[in-house]
Amino acid sequence: MTPSSSIAAPGAVPGHEAHDDHGHHPSYLTDGTTVKSWLLTVDHKRIGIMYLAWILLFFLVGGIFALLIRIELLTPGPTIMDAMTYNRVFTLHGVVMIFLFMIPAIPSVFGNFLLPLMLGAKDVAFPRLNLLSLYVYLAGAGFALWGMLNGGLDTGWTFYTPYSAHTTTTVAPVLFGAFIIGFSSILTGMNFIVTTHTMRAPGITWFKMPLMVWALYATSCIQVLATPVIGLLLLLVTAENLFSLGMFDVARGGDPVLFQHLFWFYSHPAVYIMVLPAFGVMSEVVSTFSRKNIFGYRAVAYSSVGIAFVGFFAWGHHMFVSGQSTFNAGVFGVLSMLVGVFTAIKVFNWVGTVYKGAVEFSTPFAYFCGFLFFTVFGGMTGIAVATVSLDVAWHDTYFVVAHFHFIMVGATIMAFLAALHYWFPKMFGKMYHEGWGLVSAALIILGFNATFIPQFLVGNAGMPRRYYEYPERFQALNVASTAGASLLAFGFIIIAIYLTYALIYGERVDNPWHSKGYEWLTHSPPPTHNFIGPQPTYPEEPHFYVDPKKAQGEVSDV
Amino acid sequence: MSSAHVTPGSVPGPKLAAHFASLEVQKHAARLGMWLFLATEILLFAGLFACYAAYRFLFPEAWAASSRSLDLTMGTINTVVLITSSFTAAMAVHYAKEGKNKMVGHMNVLTLLMAVGFLVIKFFEYKHKFHIGTLPGRYYFYEGIQLPGAPMYFSVYFASTALHALHVVIGMTVLAFATVRAYRVGDFSANNYTQVELGSMYWHLVDLVWIFLFPMLYLV
Ligand code: HEM
Ligand SMILES: [Cu+2]
Repeated sequence: MTPSSSIAAPGAVPGHEAHDDHGHHPSYLTDGTTVKSWLLTVDHKRIGIMYLAWILLFFLVGGIFALLIRIELLTPGPTIMDAMTYNRVFTLHGVVMIFLFMIPAIPSVFGNFLLPLMLGAKDVAFPRLNLLSLYVYLAGAGFALWGMLNGGLDTGWTFYTPYSAHTTTTVAPVLFGAFIIGFSSILTGMNFIVTTHTMRAPGITWFKMPLMVWALYATSCIQVLATPVIGLLLLLVTAENLFSLGMFDVARGGDPVLFQHLFWFYSHPAVYIMVLPAFGVMSEVVSTFSRKNIFGYRAVAYSSVGIAFVGFFAWGHHMFVSGQSTFNAGVFGVLSMLVGVFTAIKVFNWVGTVYKGAVEFSTPFAYFCGFLFFTVFGGMTGIAVATVSLDVAWHDTYFVVAHFHFIMVGATIMAFLAALHYWFPKMFGKMYHEGWGLVSAALIILGFNATFIPQFLVGNAGMPRRYYEYPERFQALNVASTAGASLLAFGFIIIAIYLTYALIYGERVDNPWHSKGYEWLTHSPPPTHNFIGPQPTYPEEPHFYVDPKKAQGEVSDV
Repeated sequence: MSSAHVTPGSVPGPKLAAHFASLEVQKHAARLGMWLFLATEILLFAGLFACYAAYRFLFPEAWAASSRSLDLTMGTINTVVLITSSFTAAMAVHYAKEGKNKMVGHMNVLTLLMAVGFLVIKFFEYKHKFHIGTLPGRYYFYEGIQLPGAPMYFSVYFASTALHALHVVIGMTVLAFATVRAYRVGDFSANNYTQVELGSMYWHLVDLVWIFLFPMLYLV
């Protein structure tokens, strides 16, 4: 042990000693094994695990729809389904992926599991509300899926009016489902904000919070501030669809552009609900695997808040071609680019962290590399589409599809997988096979690029999004994209196999990364109330590593 | 979460959940949570206000005419009723702090009665509208105002008042729980009144939203 382990955590047993101790203290996984003890639990860790199970299921569902879309687009004409089915499939893909997977993925799974551990708290501030938000989420998902099975809808995930007010497909239950899911999102966000304010262990000041906590905090603020607006909007469209309020219907004097304003007022910040937690995960990962404190901690923390803030003033860039005045378009363009500035701050700090670090190229770090590429590349295409004159050409083409998949899906999925691999030992106390981890990471990063780079090209060549048929000349790129998607799917299958294997047969570990994150100050998997014995104390910063040059030898057995 | 145990026979005290460091923190957390929740509620209505503003700007004449067609007397009575009920809700907190559980119950019952009164008046207003045909969107058939945008006014009117009425009902449920607890258990006291306080905060929100809706719909 090095002197740095003076981070005295009475409950934390470093390294090998942990094994002896495991027998005496049941972990949260073994504390009650009945179905009821899981379904009615108020333990944030169990709730996180239940979210994980559901979210992976919805990811699978959304993924199957994605593959169906790609197969359909393999040939210029009809391939496996008719046009109406195609419209339904891409809508379902979008709705499931955005509302059921991407928005809750990192906050609800890893946020729930880690936030209290990272703050030295025994639980979140409102444990029962936490459980409620899981069931509210499932109720919303149930509504949405029920509507999808009973007719489905063909509006696209953006539900643009006036079409969504008139279509004969089943819009109302899906909209209502999305409304309910928003409620769950608000509850989780509130819980996290209050937890961060009131539950920090003595010694954890605001600027000693792990960066993951900062990211979750900023995300929660967006959730709380933006979600009510879309909640109202979804209610109004539901009412419009059922009772013909005419609120957004030109035929009745309504204004569809008002719908777009309100929709993007939420949905633009919502893209940061998806990527900010990803940024948080990456700050943890890059620090651990470079064995360095994060470079420019405060800048990274503040830029999360900065992104959350300017994210609210950028929505108009989705409406450059909706008859907005040139002046407005210019303002929204510039405000959008500010987001790029804050993101760049983070990118520079991550790179600065890796620089001269003692890098350990493990699976989570591989995902960090993929993430860096997607964020920088996707971010730059963001700047490009925020330029009004360019967006007029690219709007509603596959270029936009590729842009948001690169930044939103690319970055979020990289972070989700990095988090899954980085915290897998924390959650289950088991280790997976590194070799397979690296192989699948390579496959996924490669597959992702192969799927979406052709879409930039085909979009730039003029192929519109959401079209069922296309001219011959776009076929080669579409085939390339579909091939990439199958590579991607293959990568996910491998992950599913080796993680399931690790869950059952994995080697027992406690802190395989020798990480200095606060969450590792307790056992893996943690006991029910997170810590055994008295409150841990936190004299050091969360990303405190001994200078790698000086401590190369010792560090490995911290 | 397990609660601190109360020895039988002793005065029931505030319960500290196991994951909080102290009662202070627990109370602080509850209040902060409620404030955040109320903020989201205000934002929910803010979306409606945005719709109102946009359409008022598009249809100034229809807006003025339709607004004048509302029953100002009923609206005013309702405003007075709600403001008064907000006062009794605040009194309930006052008595809870003094441990006068019976008075807490009485105050809440008064609040609930006024809430019912509010809904009854609203019901008559709605009934009248259904009768003369000042209805939202497609269902509008009132001959008196034939300006473009009038049906839209009533879409906004019904959407916002119905959403507000829903909040009244939710608020009543919350208050009812505190009332039952005040009468039955009677353990509200100087250091255990969070439930009454939160319920009353919610009720103030219901009142506050109406105070925005009233001038918006009836007066301007
Ligand atoms: C950081 C994470 C980002 C995410 C997650 C993200 C996500 C998205 C999504 C989901 C869409 C498409 C919405 C749709 O129509 O279905 C989109 C479009 C757009 N994004 Fe981003 N974006 C990000 C960054 C940026 C940045 C930094 C900018 C500008 C500097 C930007 C500018 C735009 C513009 C202008 C569009 C609209 C394009 C059009 O519809 O013609 N984005 N983005
Ligand atoms: Cu945007």
